Amino acid sequence: MTPVLEVRNLTKRFPGIVATDAVNFTLEKGEIHALLGENGAGKSTLMNMLYGLYRPDEGQILINGQEVLINGSNDAIARGMGMVHQHFMLVPTLTVTENIILGNEVTKGVLIDIATAERRIQELAQTFGLDIPVDAYVHDLPVGVQQRVEIIKALYRSADVLILDEPTAVLTPQEVDDLFVVIQRLKAQGKSIIFISHKLREVLAIADRISVLRRGKLVGSTTPANASEASLASMMVGRDVVLHVDKTPAQPGEVVLDVAHLSVYDERGNRAVNDVSFRLRRGEIVGIAGVQGNGQTELVAAITGLVDAQNGQVILAGENITNQGTNRAITAGMGHIPEDRHHHGLVLSYSIADNMVLSSYDTAPFARGIIIDDAAIAHQADTLVARFDVRTASIHAAASTLSGGNQQKVVVARELARPLNVLVAAQPTRGLDVGSIEFIHKSIVAARDSGTGVLLVSAELDEILSLADRILVMFRGQIIADIAGVDANRNQIGLLMAGVRGTGANA
Amino acid sequence: MSNEQVTPSAGWRAWASTLLVPVLAIFTALVIGAIIIVLTGADVVAAYGGLFTGAIGSPRAIAYTLVEATPYIFGGLAVLIGFRAGLFNIGVEGQIAVGSMCAAIVGAFVTLPPVLHVLAAFVAGALGGALWGAIPGWLRARTGAHEVITTIMFNYIAIRGTDYLIKVPFLDQESSSQRTPYIATTAEIPFLFGEAYRLHGGFIIAVIATFTVAWLLQRTIIGFEIRTTGANPDAAHYAGMSVPRTIIITMALSGLMAGMAGAVQVLGLEHNLKASFSAGYGFDSIAIALLAASNPLGVIPAAIFWGALRNGAGLMQLNSGISINLINIIQALVIAFVAADQIVRQIYRIRTARNAGITLSRGWGR
Repeated sequence: MTPVLEVRNLTKRFPGIVATDAVNFTLEKGEIHALLGENGAGKSTLMNMLYGLYRPDEGQILINGQEVLINGSNDAIARGMGMVHQHFMLVPTLTVTENIILGNEVTKGVLIDIATAERRIQELAQTFGLDIPVDAYVHDLPVGVQQRVEIIKALYRSADVLILDEPTAVLTPQEVDDLFVVIQRLKAQGKSIIFISHKLREVLAIADRISVLRRGKLVGSTTPANASEASLASMMVGRDVVLHVDKTPAQPGEVVLDVAHLSVYDERGNRAVNDVSFRLRRGEIVGIAGVQGNGQTELVAAITGLVDAQNGQVILAGENITNQGTNRAITAGMGHIPEDRHHHGLVLSYSIADNMVLSSYDTAPFARGIIIDDAAIAHQADTLVARFDVRTASIHAAASTLSGGNQQKVVVARELARPLNVLVAAQPTRGLDVGSIEFIHKSIVAARDSGTGVLLVSAELDEILSLADRILVMFRGQIIADIAGVDANRNQIGLLMAGVRGTGANA
Repeated sequence: MSNEQVTPSAGWRAWASTLLVPVLAIFTALVIGAIIIVLTGADVVAAYGGLFTGAIGSPRAIAYTLVEATPYIFGGLAVLIGFRAGLFNIGVEGQIAVGSMCAAIVGAFVTLPPVLHVLAAFVAGALGGALWGAIPGWLRARTGAHEVITTIMFNYIAIRGTDYLIKVPFLDQESSSQRTPYIATTAEIPFLFGEAYRLHGGFIIAVIATFTVAWLLQRTIIGFEIRTTGANPDAAHYAGMSVPRTIIITMALSGLMAGMAGAVQVLGLEHNLKASFSAGYGFDSIAIALLAASNPLGVIPAAIFWGALRNGAGLMQLNSGISINLINIIQALVIAFVAADQIVRQIYRIRTARNAGITLSRGWGR
């Protein structure tokens, strides 16, 4: 049978890099084909070529056996391609129906025929088992439902091939299960699906076939039956990878961070953190699990002094640092790996050396009086670059020239270089390659073992499960569960992340 | 993508690259100026020859050019310090006015021994400018009022306010023109080569100020804070720096430079303060800072170039009959090409250097 989609020797070059290098890839009708690879492996470039956003330098794209030249996304849609982006392309202030028909309106004279559109959408929703409230406003919908809207949007435009770009990144484990049911139903109705991910477990669970990209090259194709997480990881990285984190049981010491009745409002005046209390001891890693956007960002900002809390206290090693600003937190021995390294963690135009002392530039030996000692800074940078294996040609190169993994190593190195009482690590490995993740996890465990209290905030449940000695689950601004790491059960935490309370919630 | 890129021999290449655009912008502006001269039927050689001779054709011409350049050096530094913190100080004009007023008052109405008097008058001028810059800085830091708006308003207050002070309370009753009395000789900054050459000690102070600012920005804690606040204020806040405090200090330093410009004009050159004195030094200073590509050491050549154009314009007009206003056109073209550097890069096929840019201003909000 002719594949619905085939690419032959597809190559795309950007200045200084070959983003995809003679990639061959086929998608059969009714197939779920997973595309696996680290960030920067070329997945997005490949998909953007299929969706007409980039033009290939070499090679061919065939749809139903016919060679085609895809001219922009409208052309791609006309040829039956549908894309669900990682970041949804929805207008929050419009209704579901309005979003779906946007740019493709059914008209009756000069008016939009909403009724006809709604009927068509209802039909589609029924056919594919996608439950959506057609007249609700998008900003009122949970993320998982918004994603369904995106899928229907593609189906409404008669997509036969659906490209799902990291579709599970923003979902709770239960929402992921729901999504997988939808994907299976799409497949049963004859749709073909490209499922892009870097999560091994999910790929093994859903795919019929798995292709792995590494540095622009397709390094292999396999099926879930013939693969394991370990084999896929080593294909992705090009060497054997230790997937679990080696650590000894925690030996908690005295309480080093005491957060009591903390409430924080976000920029829009909503109570993002609602009366949160917990204690962190020396030598333990406390993980905060939760779906993104449940107050973790604001909680971290208030603890580290980035924003003021409206209520409550933060006591760090006996010192009240509540609403005292970042400088006070730093001098009291707080290290902070911020969730957005470009926004907070680095000055991209600065050299690696200057970034290495960003939070200690005014202390000895980097400053003498008011004068900054470049030699001392360079010495520090050399030491840290070696110790944290930052891959760079020079410590004087701008931080913007580093890969994401190496940028994050700079942040981690800088924060761990100071004597710390507490390390707050927010999404410390988001968007990083497996090798860097491994390294950063080891560094965090080493910090714990040296007596630092570690507060780990992560949207990746796997990261929390493998690192944390104690797990707090955050939902809608509150901590709704406190579980010892050894007792943690993936399913139970998943339900808690979705707000289903009660310890009996066990599958 | 993920592979590390190595910056190719960053040092001198970066330097050459930053120098290239201003130099080519000047060249292009002069070429267009020549075309305009031809179109008006005048002689390009005579015109540019006059400009050149008038600007640097003799020791006296050179001295006059440096005199013209002096306030631009201070003014350029003032704008540049703001740029480095991501602030756009349009208030240099007003800060110069306040600085010159303070210097003129202390110079003419206070009696002090030599040396001490000139120092006191100079410091008064500098601090007056600093205060006038610090207030919009404080407003920005505490209330978020954008410095572009507040410094423009402060210009009006300063210019009209000093105008009143000159015309009413501090008017020289013995003079027919509207100006303050001459400052005491003890308050004068001496001429370097006698009065005929007009070049005064203010130029030396300007050069010292330039190197001091370069050192301050590059080698001190406050300089690091200023640069970090300009490059990424969120990272500055994260790293424990006080962004509001840095903004206030930056605006005060910026105003300090502007105040010095006013002080040396009064104490070194004019020896009194006339009504409607400043003549747009503050606004041209924005051009100097742009031309210097936000590098303090670039301010000196940029200011001297500016001074040379102004100084040579007279002889150009005399030799070729071209209006002095052509100089304004050339200046405007230089700035247009520097500000819109993509045009120059397009004409001369220069590859854009990634991340070479410095935040000039962050626009509205935040």
